[in-house]
Amino acid sequence: MEQIFFYIFAIVAVASAIAVISVRNPVHSAMYLIVCFLQVAAIFILLRSPFLAAVQVFIYVGAVMVLFLFAVMVLDIGKESFGEHMHSQAIPAGITVLGLLAVVGWLISKGKITVPLGNYTEEVLTKNTEVVGKSLYTQFIFPFEVVSLLLLIALVGAIVLVMKEKGKGAGSTRS
Amino acid sequence: MLTLNHFLILSFILFSIGVAGVLLRRNIIIVLMSLELIFNSVNISLAAFAYYLQSITGTVFVVFNITVAAAEVAIGLAILVAVYRTRKTVYVEELKDMRY
Repeated sequence: MEQIFFYIFAIVAVASAIAVISVRNPVHSAMYLIVCFLQVAAIFILLRSPFLAAVQVFIYVGAVMVLFLFAVMVLDIGKESFGEHMHSQAIPAGITVLGLLAVVGWLISKGKITVPLGNYTEEVLTKNTEVVGKSLYTQFIFPFEVVSLLLLIALVGAIVLVMKEKGKGAGSTRS
Repeated sequence: MLTLNHFLILSFILFSIGVAGVLLRRNIIIVLMSLELIFNSVNISLAAFAYYLQSITGTVFVVFNITVAAAEVAIGLAILVAVYRTRKTVYVEELKDMRY
């Protein structure tokens, strides 16, 4: 039963990911990317991490994709014509991807788990959100603070990057 | 029965698609979307390792990863808007001022 659902989510995720990089219109691309993110959220639920699924839906589908669609709208990027959406470097890129496929496929087939298992069994993980929250605020408090600082820097940086240069005009509305 | 390899192979397929998108597309917005695909595939494999190794560290790392990805998107799109204002293009082949 679980396997059937896994295959449904996986096939839809891969198909929509292929659609993301192959359709012409960036808005359609963003829509397919939303579908892919929702499938990934479902896969997080299969991995007994409902907290991650919720975060995925809130942040990726809610915030990141709105940012993308906003950027597409603001920049008014037209459709690419299909013939020229490939690079001149398509052949080296294809070789690179195939090489990656071979190497990582070999690693996945050869790999063995040798580390000892932790103490978070499936019974403990039924209260996944509680467990994650506790360890986030005790064991991982320092990285948590660093990441909050990083978000602040990104916020200020994004505002500074799109601000008009001083001296050119007084108001930010002037183009 | 689902094994770790199922999730690793799915994550790896998504990673390859993302790398192909970064390398093949000319539109820089699609390149950023492919980067998000790569982030997601890494998140899947981290969550899978966390579940199958019965450790919470992978899950917590995914949370940090998502935060960093959100910051990356904000900065990336801000750079994109700034570039579009000065250069009037979003195609990576035309943004070659810093090439030797």
